[in-house]
Amino acid sequence: MKNLIIAEHDNQQLHADTLKVINAASQVGNENTVLVIGCNCKTVAEQAALAEHVSQVLLVDNSEFAAHFAENTTPAITQIANEYDAIWLAASSKGKDLAPRIAAKLDVGQISDIVQVVDENTFVRPIYAGNAFAKVTTSDRIRVVTVRTSAFDAVTQNNSAPVDNYLLDPMQPLVSLVGFAQTKSERPELTAAEVVISGGRGLGSKENFALIEQLADKLGAAIGASRAAVDAGFVANDLQVGQTGKIVAPKLYIAVGISGAIQHLAGMKESNVIVAINKDPDSPIFEVADYGLVGDLFDVLPKLIEHL
Amino acid sequence: MKILVPIKRVVDPYTKVRVKPDNSAVETNNVKMTINPFCEIAVEEAIRLKEKGIAQEVIVVSAGEKVCQEQLRTALALGADRAIHINSKSNLEPLMVAKLLQAIVKREQIDLVITGKQSIDSDNNQVAQMLASLLDWPQATFASQVEISGQQMQVVREVDGGLMTLSMPLPAVVSTDLRLNEPRFASLPNIMKAKKKPMDSITAEDLGIEIRYSQTICEVTPPLPRQSGIKVDSVEELLDKLRNEAKVIE
Repeated sequence: MKNLIIAEHDNQQLHADTLKVINAASQVGNENTVLVIGCNCKTVAEQAALAEHVSQVLLVDNSEFAAHFAENTTPAITQIANEYDAIWLAASSKGKDLAPRIAAKLDVGQISDIVQVVDENTFVRPIYAGNAFAKVTTSDRIRVVTVRTSAFDAVTQNNSAPVDNYLLDPMQPLVSLVGFAQTKSERPELTAAEVVISGGRGLGSKENFALIEQLADKLGAAIGASRAAVDAGFVANDLQVGQTGKIVAPKLYIAVGISGAIQHLAGMKESNVIVAINKDPDSPIFEVADYGLVGDLFDVLPKLIEHL
Repeated sequence: MKILVPIKRVVDPYTKVRVKPDNSAVETNNVKMTINPFCEIAVEEAIRLKEKGIAQEVIVVSAGEKVCQEQLRTALALGADRAIHINSKSNLEPLMVAKLLQAIVKREQIDLVITGKQSIDSDNNQVAQMLASLLDWPQATFASQVEISGQQMQVVREVDGGLMTLSMPLPAVVSTDLRLNEPRFASLPNIMKAKKKPMDSITAEDLGIEIRYSQTICEVTPPLPRQSGIKVDSVEELLDKLRNEAKVIE
């Protein structure tokens, strides 16, 4: 099977998620082409060429593709998509934005957020906020798949695939970028972190979230949050963990002051070890926690920070 | 300006779903059903645009069995002007839904489509993008703020790493994120009034669309249960367990 993997990047750095998508694709393909489309993104193509299982990298470098708008890249990608049996993207905000647009242009369905590749036509994906898993078979001539990257390991980078420059016709941009308010952080990225500390409504205020930050710094962890904490303005929305936010599966997930609503569990219950700290012993979070500590987080967190 | 809001009937988000014993699907009989929460946000946004005088008419549409008229009626009670029910099976694939919507957009001369970013049952997150693609319109997915002036729209999008602000011309497709607005409740007088609002019931054939399926769900299974955990009594015990039993910290 011929796979086309759409690389995710910021024109400088290949996103680690792409290495996981390559892993998923390579389970059913012997020819894996990575498409790096963007502007001044030669270094990204060089990084993609290092990835195991990659047979070729296509580099499409054009100023029109600088912002990677789906409206611009879709017509370009569909110029070459018909030569492939499957198109693979990460189920990130970029991948989710782009994949259905590509699929519709190719007049095929799309399969979202797969957690397992069964065979070249069959995939497993969560539905109902992860409360069920559907095994889906497609009869489409081209499969367009987004991958839940927390369910796959990254491939190693010891390859040297050829990088070929390729020309694709750009389209006049319809959309323009007004601004990007980036959430700055020195901490590891939420979806890739080995340890995640999440805070919920129980923190009570933005200021109290500093306790979560101090604990995260002690453990080298990323910070997450429940929807309640985001809606209350304690942290930025892109730190939300759950059905509609980020899906994480770290080695250790510590939920502090989070009740454990269905929508939050959807984003973290595949974590290796779950710790819950909550003063309500009946919180549903304790049903999924490997280690639960019933207590006031304002007593527990300072002690934890002190003892680490 | 005319706004089209597609809505979906789904299992209530606070319901704990169960997989059927024959592993064919999730049990939806005798389960509370509701408007998909993201669609509710889309309806609210459209109504607000009407209240600001930006939109003249808000049309809600749903594809599915006759029972989804209940959710259309609710949307009318919230303030939509009229409803279109596309009578079909309830498990249409997103591409089919997008094609039906494309036909409605053309028939009704729609300027703006506002959808939810995903339905909480199938969790696909596809219809808005597919519709925009079929129409060759720009798309503003995962919107947390929408401002329209004239034929230009400015949208703040919730993306990985922060908030992205885009500007695009109308017509366009917007998909809503949770923080776009706080949907209102329907008042009793409005629920009564909604009963008199127009609701068309049509079929895919009326729109010239042939329904087909390319995906088959072979099996639906519940997630593997997690091994039940333990409660610890102190911070010291917790750290000891994490260090020496789970070995996840040093």
